[in-house]
Amino acid sequence: MAKTPGGKESTEQQWREAFEAAPERDVSFTTLSGTPVEPLYTEADLPDNTDEQIGLPGQYPYTRGVYPSMYRGRLWTVRQFAGFGSAEETNERFHYLLDHGQTGLSTAFDMPSLMGHDSDSPLSLGEVGREGVAVDTVEDMTTLYKGIDLGEVSVSMTINAPAAIMLAYYVVAAEREGVPPRQLAGTIQADILKEYIAQKEWCFPIDPAMRLIGDMIEWCSQQMPRWHPVSISGYHIREAGSTAAQELAFTLKDGLTYVEQAVERGLDVDDFAPRLSFFFNAQIDFFEEIAKYRAARRIWARELRETFGAKDPKSWLMRFHTQTAGVSLTAQQPLNNVVRTAIEALAGVLGGTQSLHTNSYDEALALPTEDAVRLALRTQQIIADETGVASTIDPLGGSYFVEALTDKIEADAYDYFKKIDELGGMVAAVKVNYPQREIADASYELQQEIDSGRRVVVGVNAYSEGDEQQTTLHRSDPAMERGQVERLNAVRAGRDSAAVEASLVNLREAAAQQRANLMPLLIDCTRTDASEGEIVQALQDVFGKYVESPVF
Amino acid sequence: MNAASSTQKIRVVVAKPGLDGHDRGAKIIARALRDAGMEVIYTGLHQTPEQIVETVVQEDADAVGLSILSGAHMTLVPKIVELLRAQGIDDVVVTVGGTIPADDIPQLKKLGVAAVFTPGAPTQEIIAFLVSAVGNREPR
Repeated sequence: MAKTPGGKESTEQQWREAFEAAPERDVSFTTLSGTPVEPLYTEADLPDNTDEQIGLPGQYPYTRGVYPSMYRGRLWTVRQFAGFGSAEETNERFHYLLDHGQTGLSTAFDMPSLMGHDSDSPLSLGEVGREGVAVDTVEDMTTLYKGIDLGEVSVSMTINAPAAIMLAYYVVAAEREGVPPRQLAGTIQADILKEYIAQKEWCFPIDPAMRLIGDMIEWCSQQMPRWHPVSISGYHIREAGSTAAQELAFTLKDGLTYVEQAVERGLDVDDFAPRLSFFFNAQIDFFEEIAKYRAARRIWARELRETFGAKDPKSWLMRFHTQTAGVSLTAQQPLNNVVRTAIEALAGVLGGTQSLHTNSYDEALALPTEDAVRLALRTQQIIADETGVASTIDPLGGSYFVEALTDKIEADAYDYFKKIDELGGMVAAVKVNYPQREIADASYELQQEIDSGRRVVVGVNAYSEGDEQQTTLHRSDPAMERGQVERLNAVRAGRDSAAVEASLVNLREAAAQQRANLMPLLIDCTRTDASEGEIVQALQDVFGKYVESPVF
Repeated sequence: MNAASSTQKIRVVVAKPGLDGHDRGAKIIARALRDAGMEVIYTGLHQTPEQIVETVVQEDADAVGLSILSGAHMTLVPKIVELLRAQGIDDVVVTVGGTIPADDIPQLKKLGVAAVFTPGAPTQEIIAFLVSAVGNREPR
């Protein structure tokens, strides 16, 4: 405690004696991720070079926020993830959300679309339009955003393995509405590494999948200046059971890997790094989450500036979307989830998020109902407009605890970076299941804590009430699947099948050549009304499929 | 065939039907069952009903746990049960875990599903259930 002036040291000593004389509750004082928490943090817990480490908002290393004005200038974007059933149904919900004050769109695709299967594939049975919207061809994409000005509204698409195909669909759909690629603003997730790590929706082996993402990033850097071609996502890593530090470390390392690949392709880091964005989870451990976002900004800024030599300050900025934690929601006493979501959302806001999705309280049971979605939306509006937390920038900056936790989580992330580097980088680490195993271990430990009652989950292992009240649930319409298959068949019947076949042949040929950028060929396939399943199949003919060897 | 006896390890197939990649629950259960002394065969993701039934047959399993989050349970579970029956298998304990709405549970049980575990179910409860359900079967 060298830097604490003399008097403070003895008063601190007095406090410690008094504290230790009093009984402490018999619980483990650790964060959700298992980091021990001290009873008190003081000035002594701040870093030695406080000013350099914390700095000011909009200034390197951006611990306090990426913009000088943050929410004083503009509130975060309210971006509720939505998608179910047909493109037409989802389009209706998009209009509903926009009419109720939402400012950007976020699209959830159904499982067959995420895995590259057409709705009429035997593998799609029972899954069409269930967890998201079914998109088979560019026709569906056009319907999905009908009546929405794509030159104005920013659109986010959560899709990864077939991201390049969906982006081609989007570009062609917008073009038909008269909006050129350079005007399109939004994000496509396209973070394939975290698919192998956590989300597990893949089409191709890792190496060709990385190439496809690289092609897309390169194409976007030339054609779509307002588009974020990758949203590097920790959300699913956390949902799969990782700790906060693992979420941070694996996500940033994934991001650094995409940067490395793009630089290797000959792109100037400043030509694409400003378009990279991030997506993090907001779990229930309030301060740990805030520390995570703050540490993330600092690490990204440092790595981009120091390791990759980025000159444009925009390349250093880690901008991110936040979603409250689906896994923190309980099927028991679902209304409790309203409270969890509000607290998690608040952590995202105090952590300086650029956009936010709040989960609906009924999502541990089924897809959300419209009422539950509205309440989730209102939760954000209450935080924004009533609580006053958006009035000052980084209100927790300088908090002894938050700064100490920020440093701790940053150090933990660098430990992981080191281990991953020793394994030969992230792609190599993923191939030997390293992050997968770390996550499986962490999730198992947490489950044991919950099962043993050492960690309380209200309504589940404490304060439970027996018979639960039934809430009204969203039900998928079974006729939907048939309707979607009929629409797909109608598109197939109306197209020039020779043109489709020719475009797929060209795609296969280009895929076989390592140097060709596949984006223009995917756009050609789209124009012929080739279906997603057909395009994925053509690529799999060349690339093969991915087979996981699971660890548990 | 051997009679089920307490000295024999219970053999459980943990299976992940459907296209979704949410394997956190399946993997936790697989590990908890393994730690409880059972032989666990985890199929991995994206399994078709046919693949799951084939694994159950090949592994001569006492039980199969189906983990589903995608909402496709009312399509996939009946299909798996039907295929098991078609193979003449009626002594394998079938359980389902995942986000299953309460209304669907009676229907699943009617099909022959022995138990449905929804989010929040403690692993001890699942272990205890399997031990008792497998132990109570008619000797085969």
